[in-house]
Amino acid sequence: MRKIGISEIEDIALGASLLGAGGGGDPYVGKLVAIGAVRECGDVTLLDPEEVPDDALVVPIAMMGAPTILAEKAVGEGEYKALYDIVSSFFGKPIYAFMPIEAGGVNSMLPIAAAARLGLPLVDVDGMGRAFPELQMVTFTIGGGCSTPMALVDEKGNSCIFRTVSNKWTEELARSVTMSCGGSVSVSLYPMEGAFMKQYGVKGIVTRSQQLGSAIRMVKECTDSSPEEKFLEITEGFRLFKGKISDVKREVRGAFNFGKVILDGIGDYKGKSAYVEFQNENLSAVIDDEILATVPDLICVVDSETFTPIPTDALKYGKRVMVVGLKCFPLWRTREGIELVGPRYFGIDTDYIPLEKRCKGGNANV
Amino acid sequence: MYKLGIDVGGTNTDAVLIDEDLKVIASIKSHTTADIYDGILHAVKTVLQESGIDPAMIGQAMLGTTQCTNAIVERKHLAPIGVLRLGAPATLGIPPMVDWAEDLKHIAAEVSVIPGGYEYDGKEIAPLDKEAARAFFSRLKEKGILSVAISCVFSTVRNDQEQEAAKLCREVMGDDVHVSISSEIGSMGLIERENATILNAALYKVAEAFTEGFAKSLAKEGITNADVYLSQNDGTLMTMEYARKYPILTIACGPTNSIRGAGYLSRQKDAIVVDVGGTTTDLGVIQTGFPRESGVAVTIGGVRTNFRMPDVISIGLGGGSIVRSLPDGTVTVGPDSVGFKITEEALCFGGKVCTATDIAVRLGMTNLGDPAKVAQLDEEFARKAMGTIQAMVEDSLDAMKVSSDDADVILVGGGSIIVPDNLKGAGTVRKPEQGGVANAIGAAISKVSGNYEQLVDYNEIPRETALKNAKEEAAKLACEAGAIPDTIEIIDVEDVPLAYYPGNTCRVKVRAAGDLGRK
Repeated sequence: MRKIGISEIEDIALGASLLGAGGGGDPYVGKLVAIGAVRECGDVTLLDPEEVPDDALVVPIAMMGAPTILAEKAVGEGEYKALYDIVSSFFGKPIYAFMPIEAGGVNSMLPIAAAARLGLPLVDVDGMGRAFPELQMVTFTIGGGCSTPMALVDEKGNSCIFRTVSNKWTEELARSVTMSCGGSVSVSLYPMEGAFMKQYGVKGIVTRSQQLGSAIRMVKECTDSSPEEKFLEITEGFRLFKGKISDVKREVRGAFNFGKVILDGIGDYKGKSAYVEFQNENLSAVIDDEILATVPDLICVVDSETFTPIPTDALKYGKRVMVVGLKCFPLWRTREGIELVGPRYFGIDTDYIPLEKRCKGGNANV
Repeated sequence: MYKLGIDVGGTNTDAVLIDEDLKVIASIKSHTTADIYDGILHAVKTVLQESGIDPAMIGQAMLGTTQCTNAIVERKHLAPIGVLRLGAPATLGIPPMVDWAEDLKHIAAEVSVIPGGYEYDGKEIAPLDKEAARAFFSRLKEKGILSVAISCVFSTVRNDQEQEAAKLCREVMGDDVHVSISSEIGSMGLIERENATILNAALYKVAEAFTEGFAKSLAKEGITNADVYLSQNDGTLMTMEYARKYPILTIACGPTNSIRGAGYLSRQKDAIVVDVGGTTTDLGVIQTGFPRESGVAVTIGGVRTNFRMPDVISIGLGGGSIVRSLPDGTVTVGPDSVGFKITEEALCFGGKVCTATDIAVRLGMTNLGDPAKVAQLDEEFARKAMGTIQAMVEDSLDAMKVSSDDADVILVGGGSIIVPDNLKGAGTVRKPEQGGVANAIGAAISKVSGNYEQLVDYNEIPRETALKNAKEEAAKLACEAGAIPDTIEIIDVEDVPLAYYPGNTCRVKVRAAGDLGRK
């Protein structure tokens, strides 16, 4: 157990943008929501998952809707209290702690605000270990968990709680209500007991985000090795490619941003060519027609000088970037995990091969 | 009829006089004085003397200055203000200025978030709470505050509530109060837009000072027939009155003017501008005659905003950059520099420091100072140093390019003598003759613009119609800003589809600009 305050929030936000693997949205507004809450209500207690009783009610918090609308409306004051009331009353017991559902992007920040405003602890765990585009893509699904009862509140004080017959229905109904409420709402989903959280959750992810963020921030100050080596060491990352962006193709289909970014090699990679495909998050990294990484492993595009992570919507011609691979949470590598988030689900014609195995060809830094 | 362009930077105050054909008649580069007006007076006096023209023949005078940027960065001369946000119950989770540094936050004497604001489709989140607004303005009046910043959720979509609040403000506080409304200052993203509006409100005194000072120095030199303008950060001009209302728009006019001036001097509408100063080199891109805008959020003095700012990268290379030989044989150039002390400290001027300028003199690239004083520099060392300089410029050139084709490069700035002519990635490299005062020229040749931005659902209004409307609106705005109607061109059209919105909603942005008319 330890406290999280404003400087920790800054590092967690930066680390979360790396774990976002290209997606997750710009955490700036989320960061301000967390800072606003902590300034007003005090620092947040971060619990190690083992400190949570087996029968405690743990509730993940997120936002649903358009990030550009969140950037105008932010959140209100009473939304997390409204979520707390509706969920506790539904279960007939108080919520013990909040947690993030995804570690990447905006949704890493909002649970901190919820914890601060309610004076409840935050658990150092999430359901992805990164960001993913679709609702069912959480480790809890593998354990038979369900996204509902899902509670949804808006800034005006409207609240509702869904029970549905399938995740598809959850998506359908929740999106509909989200748009009616103005396009940006706070939600709770996959409510669970402590025991279930401990069994299927990605433990220690908030702390890992904070470490990654602090590493990116301080990487220039290291003296014993080059900043790049230090960055790879701390992130346990595999350097997949370094290049200059020569093209970005984009298409909006449904509510997702699809696309492909093409890179011309620089430095040691001069003469080579690579591309990264994405659907909000990065899905595959291919160098000279050889697939070097796919989902569910994390493919992160970072600035080649500052190592600041670059979300897919900020990719543009001329940027010098490094493509880094990070191993995904082990549960994603099981048969059930691959069914949910493996390359074939996203339309990539290859079986999943772990990042570290694909990279043995000498293209990556181990 | 002549145009006078003046640029007041951190180190130099430059002035140019150009004729109706936009030909440079006279120019001067001098040091910026602590009280900027002496520097301006000196520069104006000198170009008048040099050109011999009658001051009454100057029809337009333009000033570009970094006063506003400096005021924010140095936390000086900022006025106390009131901050009002319309948007409750939304946005209450992020109070205004929540991540501002303490030494800047205190400019807000009163801060309030009251019911109001719009949804993305223009429906009200809540009606504007007029009572709360009046009470807020009364409190400000009591405290003697004379400037107010008003922001509203989705005011970029609909700004009725901001207009209404501004009206109430004047009713309560009197007509002399300065009112800044966010829909007139920033674009999408409440916090960044609100931040920019707050900064704008705090700058009104700085704006009053430099507009009055500029007018006075012109009058002093007998320039009584000129329409007076100030440079904006998008390469266009605004009237003194507009500048007093929107001082925040002068923020990045320095780099913008130098990019445009360079483009004009070389007669190129699409190129990369490399402006080599004493300590830094700034690279910018000119696209269809205007500086390419930065895509990322710009922070000013640590405050995040969403301004239209030129996309500029700066590297630590300049005429005064210090050159060193390392034990392993490599030669480094900069980032430290002797700056404006170059005429004392560089080897070619009799000093003791080996600078980039000395390397250029040694290799015969230029004739500054006394070549004999650098003759003792080893040729191999000098070539290595020039290699380093070349690589630095080539690298940053590559980072600014928009395609893999060779780019046209325009080299300007007092330090441009240190850059070699053959640069990889550059198709042509031009060093226009008046390149040293490119920024003052940029100020003098600026156009005026109108910018129109709106969210449109193409299912309700077909794209053709929406774009046509937007272009008309932008042209109208350009006209209002002083553009000659016949010269107005649409210089940028952008429609960005928004993923999560219902229907087929796009953000439509149109910019129109035209030549500045004679009033």
